Amino acid sequence: MPEFTISRRTMLAGSALLLASTAMPTIGWAQTPKKGGRLVVAADSEPRNLNPAIVASNGVFFISSKIVETLAEASFGGKDGLEPRLALSWEGAADGLSVTFKLREAVKWHDGKPFTSADVAFSALQVWKPLQNLGRTVFKDLEAVDTPDEATAVFKFAKPTPFQLIRNALPTLSSVVPKHIYETGKIEDNPANNAPVGTGPFKFAEYKPGEYYRLEKNTDYWGKDEPYLDEIIYQVLPDRTSAASALEAEEIQLAAFSAVPLADLDRISKVPGLKVITKGYEGLTYQLVVEINHRRKELADLKVRQAIAHAIDKDFVVKTVFLGYAATATGPVPKNDPQFYTADVPTYAFDVAKANALLDEAGYSRGDDGKRFSLKLLPAPYFNETKQFGDYLRQALAAIGIDAQLVNNDSAAHIKAVYTDHAFDLAVGPPVFRGDPAISTTILVQSGIPDGVPFSNQGGYKNADLDALIAKASETLDTAARTELYKEFQRKVAADLPLINVAEWSFISVARDTVKNIANTPRWAVSNWADTYLES
Amino acid sequence: MSRALTLLRRRLVGSIFVLLIVVIGTFLLLEAAPGDAVDAYIVSTGGDAGMIELLRHRWGLDQSELTRLANYLWALLHLDLGQSVTFSRPIRDVITERLPNTLLLMGSATALSFGLGSVLGIYAGARPGSVRDRFLSIGSLAVYAIPGFWLGLVLIIVFAVDLRWFPIGGIESIASARTGLDRAGDIARHLVLPVSALGFIYLALYLRMMRAGMAEVWRQDFVLAARARGLSRRRVVLAHVARNALLPLVTMLGLQSAQMLGGSVVIESVFSVPGLGRLAQEAVAARDTPLLLGIILVSAVLVVIINLLVDIAYAVLDPRVGANEAGA
Repeated sequence: MPEFTISRRTMLAGSALLLASTAMPTIGWAQTPKKGGRLVVAADSEPRNLNPAIVASNGVFFISSKIVETLAEASFGGKDGLEPRLALSWEGAADGLSVTFKLREAVKWHDGKPFTSADVAFSALQVWKPLQNLGRTVFKDLEAVDTPDEATAVFKFAKPTPFQLIRNALPTLSSVVPKHIYETGKIEDNPANNAPVGTGPFKFAEYKPGEYYRLEKNTDYWGKDEPYLDEIIYQVLPDRTSAASALEAEEIQLAAFSAVPLADLDRISKVPGLKVITKGYEGLTYQLVVEINHRRKELADLKVRQAIAHAIDKDFVVKTVFLGYAATATGPVPKNDPQFYTADVPTYAFDVAKANALLDEAGYSRGDDGKRFSLKLLPAPYFNETKQFGDYLRQALAAIGIDAQLVNNDSAAHIKAVYTDHAFDLAVGPPVFRGDPAISTTILVQSGIPDGVPFSNQGGYKNADLDALIAKASETLDTAARTELYKEFQRKVAADLPLINVAEWSFISVARDTVKNIANTPRWAVSNWADTYLES
Repeated sequence: MSRALTLLRRRLVGSIFVLLIVVIGTFLLLEAAPGDAVDAYIVSTGGDAGMIELLRHRWGLDQSELTRLANYLWALLHLDLGQSVTFSRPIRDVITERLPNTLLLMGSATALSFGLGSVLGIYAGARPGSVRDRFLSIGSLAVYAIPGFWLGLVLIIVFAVDLRWFPIGGIESIASARTGLDRAGDIARHLVLPVSALGFIYLALYLRMMRAGMAEVWRQDFVLAARARGLSRRRVVLAHVARNALLPLVTMLGLQSAQMLGGSVVIESVFSVPGLGRLAQEAVAARDTPLLLGIILVSAVLVVIINLLVDIAYAVLDPRVGANEAGA
């Protein structure tokens, strides 16, 4: 594993060099960004709702983060990994019962009305808390938002809420929508959900279903000289192969979120004028996880789970399935997380002999046909890589005498089978890490979650110890103590294996050389692109 | 013309039953597929139990299958196709937006395959067994064996990426504010590759059918008689042999229209054409039952209309057809 860490670093360094080398000849006047131009970007899906305050998901952010802004955005250099957007500062009270935001002044909505603390209060209480997929959890104890003046919003919580969690949630959960547009009628049915109005550097201009979204420059934007681009077009390209062709034919200039499949990257990186970029997704890490149904008697046995963990060659998975564009995982928090990750957890080296021994010990000896028992394996269909890992896992399990039968479903059927019907023994899932365990990874091991909740512990795993730990962390206010609890959480999960973390990966962008100031924040693809410009 | 009208009436009555069966069958099939629209939706969002329950309620998925089917049919009776859950818009609008693109694609591809196919078929069938006949027959078979999506991808790589003669996809240039003839030309340029990909495959079918039909007709006595009367070879080929071989092609045209709708699903995806086929694929993935039902209904009506036109054309081309039916 250590050797792989090095190879990932060299890979990153390599891509940084590549970036530097392409930037070199123009470095003299690269500091003064050029104004104007149309950036055409590939989009592979058309979200049904473009309101990021209701649907906090990357598919929605990709388009709407340019229109609707959050209170703060993730940043490489900023304090606590954040930089201001609509909020200039944020301060948590020691008792965990309130958070005070100082807001940016003289900001206007796209329709010309002024942005005030009333908009923040409205968004938090009427949208994030009751309607937002993630806000319903994080803001569940939010009782009131006081607005002593137009530039101050004080969040009041009924129960102590860790400030660290609120802070970590800001880039994802805090999209502010205009009160004057949403206060009449049902928020879910508001036409602005499909034609958002925000304060961002770009205004929503046009949507042609099946063809494109068009955003145009907000000339009244608060950022000095920003934005640089006149227009952003999201061209809908449903076919997996079309993004690469469109880049080559110079019909689009950017394909984010790995719209160009990994297998094409090697070829495309050799095309003159195109660059492959692995940066800019540090805050959007996906985890490759083997979900386990603990209702199966064999899988309820820790020795069997350990055997499966030993049977998986994580390095091979990273090199073959992800073609090197990933890192091996040690536990439920990804290695690239700056706050919570600990390497001090039990690990499972690739060791088929040991895996076989563990299974023998557990009392599952091989039958005459060499098989110990059969399992149903359901790889999630959302990514090529999850499907390919399913194929790999089947072979890895065969090597230790477990006969895995692959069941391939489409997305809706997979969600139903795993999270509602529990009709699986092993499943391959790609949960996303959202920068804080309280809003991502803990839900995969915590017990007592109702049936049907997607991307949660539906494997019937119950560990009172872990549940208590998770509950304690959720109300621990001290940042250091809270962080320590989550380190303990990682150790416990790695020891008891309610699920097996195999790898962590992010996305890749491919862009024309002329597109500048890209990948400069950890959530770049879903940030506001105010400073992005085109060099002709 | 009253013959055609009687035929029309009889077909329309029959069509309503066909459409009803299509609707109920599709509904049941989609119900049998695991997962519903909410399952498909939460793939990209996640969410807690309360939110999921709320969505099911809002989208009417907490009602029983029978209630939903009854509601749908009742609305359909009032010519209301309902609301799409994936687009949060009336299905009628979603479909009317895409239908012209699919019709344009299908119409052009049909014209290409039928027109060029029958001309080449006549050319080949004029001298069955000749070198040009062999060449065309084998060549068309080779084209027929190529999968549509592959042909599409190859056309993209050669003509859009390498040569850059045509755009790689879409129905027209994005946000270009073109109007009138300029816009028509732009759309035509965008259609060249998808129409070729879709049309060339079916071309082979018409070519071979025409050729085989002509080879058959050549042996008939009336052809011998025509030749004996001293008509020019050209006249024999066109007015006697080809005309009589044309009838099965017209039948094929009707049958093919349904198949072409299916083929356009793939071609529309490969060439990013915002059409009905792609919409259908998206509706299945999103488990958007009412939208899919709407698309299937519209496609079924389309196929029924095309076949009706084919029947009328048939009656015009061959006076024997329809005479019995109309009398019965």
